[in-house]
Amino acid sequence: MKKATAAIVGSGNIGTDLLHKLLRSPHIEPRWMVGVDPDSEGLARARRAGLDVTHEGVDRLLERAELPDLVFEATSAYVHRANAPRYAALGIKAVDLTPAAVGPAVVPPANLTAHLDADNVNMITCGGQATIPVVHAVSRVVPVAYAEIVASVASASAGPGTRANIDEFTRTTSRGIEEIGGAARGKAIIILNPAEPPVIMRDTVFCAIPEDADREAVSASVKQVAEDVAAYVPGYRLRAEPQFDDPSPATGGHARVAVFLEVEGAGDYLPPYAGNLDIMTAAATKVGEEFAKGLHL
Amino acid sequence: MKTYSDTLDIRITDSSLRDGSHAKGHRFTAEDVRSVVAALDAAGVPVIEVTHGDGLGGSSFNYGFSATPEQELIKAAADTARHAKIAFLMLPGLGVKDDIRAAHGNGGTICRIATHCTEADISVQHFGLAREMGLETVGFLMMAHSTSPETLARQARIMADAGCQCVYVVDSAGAMVMDQVTDRVAALVAELGDDAQVGFHGHENLGLGVGNSVAAVRAGALQIDGSTRRLGAGAGNTPVEAFAAVCQKMGIRTGIDVLAVIDAAEDAVRPVMDEECRLDRMALLMGHAGVYSSFLRHAYRQADRYGVSGARILLRAGERRLVGGQEDQLIDIALELAAEHRTA
Repeated sequence: MKKATAAIVGSGNIGTDLLHKLLRSPHIEPRWMVGVDPDSEGLARARRAGLDVTHEGVDRLLERAELPDLVFEATSAYVHRANAPRYAALGIKAVDLTPAAVGPAVVPPANLTAHLDADNVNMITCGGQATIPVVHAVSRVVPVAYAEIVASVASASAGPGTRANIDEFTRTTSRGIEEIGGAARGKAIIILNPAEPPVIMRDTVFCAIPEDADREAVSASVKQVAEDVAAYVPGYRLRAEPQFDDPSPATGGHARVAVFLEVEGAGDYLPPYAGNLDIMTAAATKVGEEFAKGLHL
Repeated sequence: MKTYSDTLDIRITDSSLRDGSHAKGHRFTAEDVRSVVAALDAAGVPVIEVTHGDGLGGSSFNYGFSATPEQELIKAAADTARHAKIAFLMLPGLGVKDDIRAAHGNGGTICRIATHCTEADISVQHFGLAREMGLETVGFLMMAHSTSPETLARQARIMADAGCQCVYVVDSAGAMVMDQVTDRVAALVAELGDDAQVGFHGHENLGLGVGNSVAAVRAGALQIDGSTRRLGAGAGNTPVEAFAAVCQKMGIRTGIDVLAVIDAAEDAVRPVMDEECRLDRMALLMGHAGVYSSFLRHAYRQADRYGVSGARILLRAGERRLVGGQEDQLIDIALELAAEHRTA
C-alpha cells in the first residue's frame, strides 16, 4: 500500500517528537516540515531526515504544486484557527495537536474511528489524551456526574505554545472529559513543575461515582484501558490500584474513585520525562494512520 | 525613598479570607465574609482578598470544595466594604479568564495572578485581559525561596511586561529567612524600577512573617500581605495586626488603625476560625523543608486515610520538589509510604 504523504506544521517540541514517530509509521510518509524560526532544532532534524523544510510559515507549504494528503498541526491554538480553513479548502485532512478544537476530538481508546470522514480532528491536549481514557473507562461502567483531572508536567517539556495557550488547555480538556470521557461535568487542572532532573508526567483522575457503584467492575475497566493506552504509549501505567473513597465533606459529598497515572515517554525527541509529548504524538500518529488507511491511495 | 502614595508608605493587603480559606477547609460563609470585611474595612485595611484558597476555580476534589461559591463571597465582600478594595486570586492552569470576568462583575477590583516562581509566562494572557478590563493587577511568584534572586527578577520582568503593576515575592512555604527576602525583593526592585512595584507575601512556618515583611519594606517593597490573626495556610500568614503595630513603631505609614485591627483580630476574625493557626511540628517542617503551605491540611487527611506519618508525607513532598497545586501527589506519596510500610 502506498503511504499517505504528510506535512508537520510547527517545529517545536511536539512537532519534532511527532516527526520521529511518523518516520517509523508504515502508513505515513512525513515529507514536509514548516516552522517560523530558521534556527529551530526541529527543522534541522527534519532536514537531516530528508524532509523538505521551510522556516517561512505555512504559506510556503500551501503554494506548492504538490500538496500533502495529511497535515499535522503542532503550532498554537491561535495559529491553527487561522490555518484550518485553508487546509480544508485544499482538501487536506488535518490532525490538530493544538487545543484549538476546530474539529471533533479523538481519544484513541474511546473513539478512534468515530470521525474518519471529518476534514479536521483535534487531539485535545496531552493531559486529555492521558486522562480521558480513564474517565471513559469509569463512565462505561457507572454514571460519572463529575470528573476532574490534574496533569503535572515538567516545565522543560512545556513549550511556548502550551504556555501561551494555558486557558485553552484547561477549557479544551474539560470539554473533552465531558464529550469523550462521558462525565456530566468536567474540570481540568495543569501544573508545570520545574524540578531538576525533570519529573515524569503524572496525571490524577478523580471521578464522582454512585455510592453503590460496583467498585471491582470500575477497577477492572480502568486497568483494561490502561493496557489499551500502553499498546501505543508503552510508558503509560497506573501508579497504584484505583482508590475508592466514601462520600465525605472532603469529597464534596460524592463517592469517588481516584486513579494515579504516570506517563513515561519513549525518548524520541525530549528525554523520557516528557510523556506528555509522547502521548499526544503517539495518539496523533494513530489517528493519522487511520486517516491514511481510509484514503485508498 | 519611594512610598506607595502621598499618604501611605506601604499598602497592606489582608488575605485572611483567601489564604485563610485553606485553614477553614474552604467553608467560609457569606456571613463570615461580611463580618470580617466590615471589621477590617472599619480598621482601615486598604485591600481585602477573598477567593477559594487556591484561587478562582479552586473548588474541586483536588483542593477541596467550597461550601459557598467564591463568587458569592466576593460579592458579599464588595457589597460590605465601604473603603477597602476587594482583591481576588487566580492561578493560570486552574482558573480561566471567564472566572476573572465573573469576579470583576461581582465587585472585585484587584486581580492577583499567581504562578510558580519560574513559570511567569503562563500568566501573560490573563494580565492582558485584566488590564483591558481596567482591573488593578498584582503578580504572585510563588515558592520564591526555591529560585535565585536573579531568576526571580527575570520572571518578574515577564509579568511586568504583560501588564502586572506589582510583582510579589511569595514565600509560599514560609521557608525564607530575612537575608533571602532582602536579596529577592532588592533584585526585583532593581529590575522593575518604575515599571512595577514589588510586594512580599509571608508565612509563619519559621516564625518570621513580621520580620521578613520588615526586611521586604527596607529592601523597597511597597505592598505587603498579611492575614489578620494569621488566618492562612501552614502556620498562617504574617499577622496584620502585629505587622501594623510594628510599622507604627517604626514610623511606616500603613493607614491602618492599630487598636481597631487588634480588636478586629479578636472580635471578628477569631470567631470565624476553626482553630488558631499554630507553629507546630507539621507547620515548622513545611518551613524547614520548603513545602507549599496549603499542603498542611491535605497531608493530615491522607496520613489519617492511609495510616502513615503526616510529617513523612510533607518531607517527601519537599524531596520530590512538589509545587503549589500538586495536592493530588500527596495521595500518591501516602500510597507509596503505605506500600513501603507493608514491605518493610
